[in-house]
Amino acid sequence: MPDSTTSRVSLTLGSTIESVDTVERTAQDFAERAGFDADTIPNIVMAVREAAVNAVLHGNAYDPAKQIVASFETNSDSLIFRIADQGPGFDPNRVPDPLAPENILRGSGRGIFLIRAFMDEVHFRQLHPGSELTLIKHRAPAQPAT
Amino acid sequence: MSMKVTTRQVDGITVLDLSGRITLGEGSVTLRDAVRDALAKGSRNILLNLGDVSYIDSSGIGELVSGYTSVRNAGGELKLLNLTKKVHDLLQITKLYTVFDIWDAEASALSAFK
Repeated sequence: MPDSTTSRVSLTLGSTIESVDTVERTAQDFAERAGFDADTIPNIVMAVREAAVNAVLHGNAYDPAKQIVASFETNSDSLIFRIADQGPGFDPNRVPDPLAPENILRGSGRGIFLIRAFMDEVHFRQLHPGSELTLIKHRAPAQPAT
Repeated sequence: MSMKVTTRQVDGITVLDLSGRITLGEGSVTLRDAVRDALAKGSRNILLNLGDVSYIDSSGIGELVSGYTSVRNAGGELKLLNLTKKVHDLLQITKLYTVFDIWDAEASALSAFK
């Protein structure tokens, strides 16, 4: 029986791979407690992990003086993840399409694509400094109007 | 769990049996080093057995692509064997399923090297 009460956790973490693993484990815990099925949970967890990798690697560039803030929220409607970094920020609309023939053999650049593929909503917000990704997964798909 | 690689030679083909997670950091580096070592030792036909790979992220996918490109640039071939459903699905949504030569049976994969 999924837990439908609202719960929130916020973690401030260093710019390390270990932080990415911590974010991943916490996302796994939230997704499981929200009652998502076994096929969906890994996708949610991967999307959140990719967001954390973006923050640590591309945002903060492993700078030990910079931190990431990861917040996790579950309510009756959705799972909401926010990952913020203190980097220079980026324009998600300028990320090359990894499915384009000229990019298909690139060794990187698929993180944002996977996040969008696996989440229902993805929002970008420019911070000063840094940027924040908000990832939302609805607990039940919207029902078509009849 | 980090990634492990076991290397074996079968009929002149280098088979890399991978297990664990291919993710940013140790897993991706381990895969990169294994492919580089095989190329440095003169291998040109490389089969990556992913049957025991439990998880792969975008960095791991990128490393598979880089390995594929490195081997091709060296005049060889890199093929994939035993994809889990998760890895199969990831390669499909990233449109890489048609880039890689993918096999379910090792004997068939080995025979496919020219």
